[in-house]
Amino acid sequence: MHIRDAVGEALETIRTQKLKSFFSLIGVLIGVTFLIAVVSIVQGMNVYMEDKFANKLVGLNTFQLRRVPNFNMGNVPEETWRAWMRRPRINYSEAKYIEAKMATPAIYSRYCDETLPVSWNGKNAKNVNIWTADAPIFQIKNLDLASGRVFTVQEAKLGAAVAVVGFDIADKLFKGTDPLDKNIAIEGIPYRVVGVVGKQGTLFGISLDNFAVVPFDAPVHRAACKLGFMDELHIRTADIPSMQTALTEVEELMRVQRRLKPGQEDNFAMQTAEGALSGWKKISAILFLALPMLVGVSLVVGGIVIMNIMLMAVAERTREIGIRKALGAKRRDILAQFIVESATLSTLGAAIGIAAGIGLAFLVRATTPLPAAIAPWSVGLGVLLGVTVGMTAGVYPATRAAKLDPIEALRQE
Amino acid sequence: MSDLVIQIRDLTREYQMGAEIVHALRGVTLDIRRNEYVAIMGPSGSGKSTLMNLIGCLDTPTTGEYVLNGQEVSRMPDDALARVRNREIGFVFQTFNLLPRASALANVELPLVYGGVGSRERRRRAEAALVRVGLGDRMDHRPNELSGGQRQRVAIARALVNQPAILLADEPTGNLDSTTSEEIMRVFAQLHAQGQTVIMVTHEPDIAAHAARIVVLRDGRIASDTPNQRGAAA
Repeated sequence: MHIRDAVGEALETIRTQKLKSFFSLIGVLIGVTFLIAVVSIVQGMNVYMEDKFANKLVGLNTFQLRRVPNFNMGNVPEETWRAWMRRPRINYSEAKYIEAKMATPAIYSRYCDETLPVSWNGKNAKNVNIWTADAPIFQIKNLDLASGRVFTVQEAKLGAAVAVVGFDIADKLFKGTDPLDKNIAIEGIPYRVVGVVGKQGTLFGISLDNFAVVPFDAPVHRAACKLGFMDELHIRTADIPSMQTALTEVEELMRVQRRLKPGQEDNFAMQTAEGALSGWKKISAILFLALPMLVGVSLVVGGIVIMNIMLMAVAERTREIGIRKALGAKRRDILAQFIVESATLSTLGAAIGIAAGIGLAFLVRATTPLPAAIAPWSVGLGVLLGVTVGMTAGVYPATRAAKLDPIEALRQE
Repeated sequence: MSDLVIQIRDLTREYQMGAEIVHALRGVTLDIRRNEYVAIMGPSGSGKSTLMNLIGCLDTPTTGEYVLNGQEVSRMPDDALARVRNREIGFVFQTFNLLPRASALANVELPLVYGGVGSRERRRRAEAALVRVGLGDRMDHRPNELSGGQRQRVAIARALVNQPAILLADEPTGNLDSTTSEEIMRVFAQLHAQGQTVIMVTHEPDIAAHAARIVVLRDGRIASDTPNQRGAAA
C-alpha cells in the first residue's frame, strides 16, 4: 500500500467525521497556535523595544550620566532607593570637567525636564514636557525639524526665551496657524516659537510629541532644576565602540572628581539604550524559556487525546480491519494505515494552528503598534511537531490494530 | 501445474478453550479440481466454519497439509498468508463486509491496493469487475445506497477483481430474501460457467443444491462427498 493511498484514506475518514476529528486535534491546534503567535509577538516586541523604546527614549550611541538609573524593571528595594536619594546630583563643574578631559570625541547636552502647562491665545495645553537643554540635544535625540530652526549658540548662552515645540503642541495650540514667531506662555513668561519638531508617533500609546525644548538657562529652568545642577548629562559618540570607551572614561572621570576609593560603589549612574532594554530582555528570555514548556504540555495533551481517539477508532473499526486483512492487508499495511491516519489528523491540527497563529499575529499587528512578524522557523517547527506528535500517538493504537486476528475481527459486530 | 486447485491431507484444528481442548477438525482430506462448484454443508459445530477459515488462509491447521494452487500454505507466516489471500482467494461473506464509508468502486479496488496495483490500472480493473456483475451504473454509490442483492454483487466483484484461484463464499445468501438469493445463485452459476472455481459454505440445502458437488461435514470429519447432477446441469 502506497503512502499516497494511506493519506487519501485518512483524509476521507477525517472528512466523514469532521466534528469528532476537530475535537481530537484541538490540543495540537492550540499548542501550535501558541507557538506561532507567541514567537511572532515576542519577536515583534523585540523589534519594537529596540527600535522605538531604546532609540527614541535614550538615543542611538548615546548615554546619560544621572544620579540614579532611569529605567528600573521590577521593584527597587526601599534601602537601595534611599541610598540612591542620598547621592549628590550631577553639577555643572562635573559636566565641564568631563567635556574638557574626555579623549573620545562626543557631543554633550545638559538636561532637565518638568511637566508644565503651555498656553497661547487663550488656549491651553496641560502636562507638556518642558526640556531645558543645550543646543546639541537636537542632534543627540535625533529630532528632525518640520519647520523653523533650532536655537542658536547665542540664544543658548543667554538663556533666551525661545522654544522649539513638539508636533502635538503645534497641533493643539496653533491649529490652522503657523506657530513660528508666536509667543507661547510657560509659567507666565512668553517664549518665541522658533521651530517645530516633526511627528514622532506614540510609544505604548503615549505620545512622543508632547514636549517643548527651551535653552538650558531659559527662565523656566528654575522650575525644572536646582541652580548649578542638572538631571542628566547626555553624551553622544560616533558609534557603539566609541560609546563603550566613553562610558569607561566618564566613569573614571566621575570617580576621580568625587574622590571615590577603589572598591567603593559609584554614586552616579549611566543609562544606555541597552541598559534600558535589560528589563525587557529578561522578560523575553523568560517567555522563550517558558514557551517550550507551554507548547510541550499542550502537545503532550494533544497527543494523548489523539491516541485515545485512535484507540477508539481501532475498537470501532475492528470489523473493517478484519475485512482488510481478509482481502490481503499485511500487518504493516494496517500499521501504516493507522499511523498515517493519526499523523494526518495531527498535522491537520498543526496546519489549522499555524493559520490561527498567523491570524493572531496579524491581528496584533493591525490593532497594536507591535510589528509582529511570522518567524519561518516557527512554522516549520509547527509542522514538524504536528507530524511527530501524530506518528508517536498513533504507534500504540496501530500496533493493536495490526495484531488483530482476522477471524476474530470479522466476527465483531 | 496440476489440475487440482486444493489438496487437503489429514487436516486437523484444535482450539484451547480454557482448560478444554476443542477438536474442531479431526482429519479432513479433500481435493478440489479447477472449475469445480462445491458446496460445503453441515450443522453448526460440524467444523465447516473452521474448514472455511483454513481454506481461506485466515487460519493455519494444527496438523496436516494444505496445498493451494501449487503452494503449501499450512505452515506459512502471517504476512505470507495475507499475500496468498490477496492473490488466490476471493471472499464473499454472509454480511457482505463492505467498507461502509467507501463507494462501490473503492471497495472493489481494495484488494488491488493491497496487491500494489497502480491507481489507473486499479480503477480500470475495478470498473470492469463491477460491469461484470451488472453494477456498471452504481459505481459511485455507497453500500447504504444499495440493496442487499446489489451489495452482495459488489462483494462478488471485489472477490473477483484479482482473478483468484477460488471464490470462497460463506453463507452468501444468508442475509437475502429468496428472490435475491436466486439472483446471486445465478451470478455464481454464470461465473462457474466462465471457468471460475467456486466453493460455498452453507447450511441451506436448496442453496447447496446449486452446486455440482456437495461435501457434508459432521463432528469435524467428512460424512459424505457426492456429485449433484441437478446443480451441474443448472
